Amino acid sequence: MAECSVFIDGKAALVPTGTTILQAAGAVGISIPTLCHHPNLPPIGVCRLCIVDVEVGDFHKQVAACHAEVQDGMTVRTATPELERARRFALELQVADHPSECLDGETGEPCELRDLARRYGVTKRRFMEDEARYPLDESSPVVTIDLNRCILCRRCTRACSLVQGQDILWIMGRGDESRVSPALSLPLRDTACVSCGQCLAHCPTGAIRDKHPLRPPVRPEAVVTSVCPYCGCGCQLDLNVSGEQILRVTSNFDGPANRGSLCAKGRFGYHFVESPDRLTRPRIRRDGRWEEASWDEALDLVATRLREIRDRHGPDALAVLSSAKATNEENYLIQKFARAVLGTNNVDHCARL
Amino acid sequence: MVGSNTTEQHPIIGIEMKKALRAGAALIVADPRRTELAGLAQFHLALRPGTDIALLNGMAHVILAEGLWDREFVAARTEGLEELKATVEAYPPALAAEIAGVPVESLVGAARAYAAAKPAAIFYTMGLTQHVTGHLNVLCLANLALLTGNLGKPGAGVNPLRGQNNVQGASDMGALPNVLPGYQQVHDPETRKKFEAAWGVPLPVASGITVMEMVDAIASGRLRGLYVIGENPMLTDPDLCHTREALGRAEFLVVQDLFMTETAALAQVVLPAVSFAEKDGTFTNTERRIQRIRRAIPRKGAARPDGEIICDLSARLGHPMVYRSQAEVMDEIARLTPSYRGVSYARLEGEGLQWPCPTPDHPGTPILHVTGFPRGRARLHGVNYIPPDERPDAEFPMVLTTGRVLHQYHSRTMTGRSPGLDALRPEPEVEINPQDAERLGIRSGDRVRLVSRRGMVEVNASVTERVAPGLVFLPFHYAQGAANLLTNPALDPVARIPELKVCAVRLEVPARSGRSGQACRDGGL
Ligand code: SF4
Ligand code: SF4
Ligand code: FES
Repeated sequence: MAECSVFIDGKAALVPTGTTILQAAGAVGISIPTLCHHPNLPPIGVCRLCIVDVEVGDFHKQVAACHAEVQDGMTVRTATPELERARRFALELQVADHPSECLDGETGEPCELRDLARRYGVTKRRFMEDEARYPLDESSPVVTIDLNRCILCRRCTRACSLVQGQDILWIMGRGDESRVSPALSLPLRDTACVSCGQCLAHCPTGAIRDKHPLRPPVRPEAVVTSVCPYCGCGCQLDLNVSGEQILRVTSNFDGPANRGSLCAKGRFGYHFVESPDRLTRPRIRRDGRWEEASWDEALDLVATRLREIRDRHGPDALAVLSSAKATNEENYLIQKFARAVLGTNNVDHCARL
Repeated sequence: MVGSNTTEQHPIIGIEMKKALRAGAALIVADPRRTELAGLAQFHLALRPGTDIALLNGMAHVILAEGLWDREFVAARTEGLEELKATVEAYPPALAAEIAGVPVESLVGAARAYAAAKPAAIFYTMGLTQHVTGHLNVLCLANLALLTGNLGKPGAGVNPLRGQNNVQGASDMGALPNVLPGYQQVHDPETRKKFEAAWGVPLPVASGITVMEMVDAIASGRLRGLYVIGENPMLTDPDLCHTREALGRAEFLVVQDLFMTETAALAQVVLPAVSFAEKDGTFTNTERRIQRIRRAIPRKGAARPDGEIICDLSARLGHPMVYRSQAEVMDEIARLTPSYRGVSYARLEGEGLQWPCPTPDHPGTPILHVTGFPRGRARLHGVNYIPPDERPDAEFPMVLTTGRVLHQYHSRTMTGRSPGLDALRPEPEVEINPQDAERLGIRSGDRVRLVSRRGMVEVNASVTERVAPGLVFLPFHYAQGAANLLTNPALDPVARIPELKVCAVRLEVPARSGRSGQACRDGGL
């Protein structure tokens, strides 16, 4: 493959032809601010935050780094005072009609716009009246659409059509009236939306957000990568944890099976973990009534009863039903228990159901 | 795609399929229902439930008769061609199409399209296997792939999509009555010797019984004690009336779960387990990829991971099993299981590993059978059509097929507790074709009653072209309106899979009833 040699802020990079300037910069450890760009989506170049100076021969101009490809011999400057001023201006425009509670960080939602605004010292100019221009669309059971926080980056529309293949969200209207919406301005519930939340996963601001977060959103203290407990696709996901609770599930774009995609179950189906109905102590039924018991009491009873049956009727009078929800290690131990401890091959799980 | 509603049941694989379609791939869907992908397919073969063998034999007939098969591959890598030829001879397209209830042009067109696409992949799920002929249905699919040389290369294969996050791993680990970890046969003396040496005890010789046989064995008194871990047979087994009666008769039933399930309610002892977020371990997905899960939060109350409970119980039964970590359990698995031998926690960070992974420096195996099959040559099988166990008759004139819906999962112990998902489909709906609905004067949202030889449920109707006339579809997730009160427990004699996808039912409009009418044939429940 042909390669291009480029200089970015004085660092040399050798990258394949077709690489964007943003990717090439990333390869040599230079980060360029972006807002409309998401590595999972094709670039669109609408926010102008990633503009950089390029020079090839006599040719000198400003281009969007997320969109423009490198050329051999190109020199790139990513952070001149002029560029930084332009970025600051682009952010000021974005922030002008953005809700202030959002910029103050009161919502607790992670927000890329707020992070950038703080970095560039952009605060909301209070002369503009802070009014909610759009009513919330809360018709979907899983996501809330709050266009007041929307910055028209089109990540959600691209995610819906290019990642999910569902084509529900579009940019409707023109100019000042542009907004994200399902066709015909229908409420989301009345469309073929499959509640996958890919739009939410790509939204930088919380304009599309989880309708039933387990707790009011705060910044997670830890993010733990795990695997979805539902179907056999094996999607990797990130459990966002605060205190002793799961806050939410977010996409993990490195998961080999799913590269960030999740379905409604994987993304919104974690509340069962924190359900108040969880069994938290062993129970024993005595005379038709359930009583809570200690582990010692419960396991001694189980051991005694299993031993009695085995002694009286032989090991094949016992059987163990293992679980396709349990881990490999647990399944290994469960079948070892049936065979080596109880002495029976009567062990199965629900592969047939 | 055969018997797989991929965009609802394996949504992420469904996304990839839709991407392939946008890139111009040809799609054939064989499914009695008009699923989302069926609507996008070139050929939707809306076969009568349980007629897969006839349909697939008809396709093999066309491929052979029109010379569309891969002579080189068949000669080099298969045997049994004559047997297959002789059998499918008897399934000319017109006859096959008539049995399956599909237009003959579609059958022929689909056979040609499959043979022409290079490579072509087959995907199937339980729509194919939950039949009394389940294992034969799979052999017929294998015939098509072998005839066209579609095995052992990228984009080809016969790919079962596994329904649960770790159903692959549970099978790999030997949670099956006839095999030890890595599908090593219990009746093989060498295998037993290896495990006996590792575990330090003599091991039982005779194969055990499968989940469906367990229920019967309890009913007959042969099985007396049952230990159920993380399963809910009281909603997921066929013929729930029978299941309930049997489990009620167990001398000792212990259930280990996160919740007080319908099955736990029948137990004498219930042990609290923890969720995937409270423990370490690995799951193996449908592409045989072993991936890590990690403990993210403290355990709830006194609940404990399944493995820890099992080890504690083993010690109380005089056989201590002591491991300091899950990684150590995996090390023991790797020592005893050839296909996992190269697996260790250190290697599972990031993308995980696809087994077979026979050595610590083996990169894993994304595609099976690239250079050969385990038995040398793959066998083509001549398989004759056998109709479903229960067919419609005067008393039960319609066919019921069951399955899942996108936003619910199995017995809803998990999805029913997530407000967004619960709201998406809080109650079961039975899909009925407009013709049948009109005949019975039923509209969407009406209460209807479904009766089979085993039980009765009342649920709301959803009138839709997704099902053909004479067919109704009911998801099995729900405790109220439990589809499995109706289903037929008849088993595939080899795979021991029940025929959950076909039973005969009658559709009625109930006179007037409470919201949750359901009953067993003898009035119980
Ligand atoms: S939830 Fe999924 S289908 Fe619905 S609008 Fe968002 S991306 Fe599109
Ligand atoms: S997120 Fe959805 S598709 Fe992925 S493993 Fe979970 S249930 Fe399956
Ligand atoms: S990130 Fe490049 S234009 Fe928005």
